[in-house]
Amino acid sequence: MTDIVRTGFRPSRIAIYGVLLLACLVYLVPLIVMLITSFKTPMDIRSGNLLALPTDWTTIGWTKAWSEACTGVQCEGVKGYFWNSFKMTVPAVMISTLLGAFNGYVLSKWKFKGSDLLFGMLLFGCFVPFQVVLLPMAATLGKLGMANTTAGLVLVHVIYGVAFTTLFFRNYYVAIPDALVKAARLDGAGFFTIFFRIFLPMSTPIFMVSLIWQFTQIWNDFLFGVVFASGDSQPITVALNNLVNTSTGVKEYNVDMAAAMIAALPTLVVYIVAGKYFIRGLTAGSVKG
Amino acid sequence: MEHTQRRPAGVARALSGLMDGLQRWLPKLVVAPTFLLVGIGIYGYMLWTGVLSFTNSSFLPSYNFVGLEQYAKLMESERWIVASWNLAIFGGLFIGICLLIGVVLAIFLDQRIRQEGAIRTIYLYPMALSMIVTGTVWRWILNPRLGLEKLMHDWGWTSFSFDWLVNSDFAIYTIVMAAVWQASGFVMALFLAGLRGVDSSIIRAARVDGASLPVIYWKIILPSLRPVFFSSVMVLAHIAIKSFDLVMAMTAGGPGYSTDLPAVFMYAHTFTRGQMGLGSASAMLMLGAILALLVPYLYSELREKRHD
Repeated sequence: MTDIVRTGFRPSRIAIYGVLLLACLVYLVPLIVMLITSFKTPMDIRSGNLLALPTDWTTIGWTKAWSEACTGVQCEGVKGYFWNSFKMTVPAVMISTLLGAFNGYVLSKWKFKGSDLLFGMLLFGCFVPFQVVLLPMAATLGKLGMANTTAGLVLVHVIYGVAFTTLFFRNYYVAIPDALVKAARLDGAGFFTIFFRIFLPMSTPIFMVSLIWQFTQIWNDFLFGVVFASGDSQPITVALNNLVNTSTGVKEYNVDMAAAMIAALPTLVVYIVAGKYFIRGLTAGSVKG
Repeated sequence: MEHTQRRPAGVARALSGLMDGLQRWLPKLVVAPTFLLVGIGIYGYMLWTGVLSFTNSSFLPSYNFVGLEQYAKLMESERWIVASWNLAIFGGLFIGICLLIGVVLAIFLDQRIRQEGAIRTIYLYPMALSMIVTGTVWRWILNPRLGLEKLMHDWGWTSFSFDWLVNSDFAIYTIVMAAVWQASGFVMALFLAGLRGVDSSIIRAARVDGASLPVIYWKIILPSLRPVFFSSVMVLAHIAIKSFDLVMAMTAGGPGYSTDLPAVFMYAHTFTRGQMGLGSASAMLMLGAILALLVPYLYSELREKRHD
């Protein structure tokens, strides 16, 4: 529908560009502030302002955030928690995506009596506010001896992420003609052969969407992290929140901002490298919330 | 689904029968773990929390049933009323402003803009960040001494003062700001996708009839985007009701409990204040709020599909 708009340099077009660029600035300012502040000295922060460039650039904030800053009682920086987040995110993303792929395959191409109902129940699971499952889950993890462990967090993220991944794959596979499966079965191919030989090779885009969506969701999670993990098993988001809220000593905003950048970098990099898939997941996710 | 797999006759018919049986059960076996986990983890736990909300559980779950006492307590709790009221303010403003910004930016971006891809990338990147990161940054920007206030002073507006973050009457609005910054680009992306799907021949016809561009947008295009509008409201309302991280990172519910939201209330009572019964009751009310939104939405979605 863009073809109805004549282009040219009328005042209205200048106004449109003006608004769009101003909006760009508004969206970028917090990132710029975060970066500038993280390279300042505490002195500099007190004498300058949010948008003043550092008088001398220093990485002291970054090194301190990485290995010395206090996150509660411990003062070893966020490095341990950063790796915790990886140890939690990578297996959880892999498992939930694989389960989602198989579930989607079954729920679209191997339907059985009641499978639509099951899918509906799974969909509903995407909407539930997690507050209604926190307490029983905490009790269960305690009973299983998985409280405060990374394995426990992986399990939680798999359970509450698999509804989304199943939805992605199911909607993707529904578009593949049933005749393809029928023909393969006539040729003697079974359940797994059809999946690995026919479906898997054409699933790269939806795998990307699912992997990226899950990575962002799980890396950015705070609620499960703060409820189900403590001390050494905490993910980076919880550590960042502790660091920022630690009130002992003088507040070092450069360290806060460097820690925030460290927590943000993995998902930002993924977004910049594979933004196309990120947006597709976001809009696919919006259909069910 | 009937089974049509054929094997050479006579060759280990028994084995083949076993394989057939296995094949028939395979799909169910493959989805079984997921449905087991989700069945317990969502539906079972939902019930469990429901049961706990009728007990007087404090630091540990107990099964002394007290009927609706926890719900009655909740309704009388000053803090819960503040949290619910905050949700109304936060949710209303957050949804309204996000929609406004999202629609305007989407329409502007749909006018054959150069570098549209780059601009879109900039509008959407906050969505990739954790709410904790967003909260940390905005907390610093709105810092009453060294943040925005100092910037304005340095730029010459010396009487400027901005202490909303620590002012209990205004702190909730700082949460709205940060949340809008994070989610409005996403609404823009939804509407832009919707605009790209509008049939351009209708618009050309209206243009031939002499309608101006703003009138066309207001009278024809926006009304045709009703479904996008509804799904955006759903997503935003869902984000608002579940909002927890942002408040924890920016104000931790403070000053006092002036920026409490139901999710923060639930966390505080269940996990730090040892009032599990009350916390469970608040979680059930949050579920109720989501259902109140979801059921009419799904109902209208399904009805529309049937009419297609």
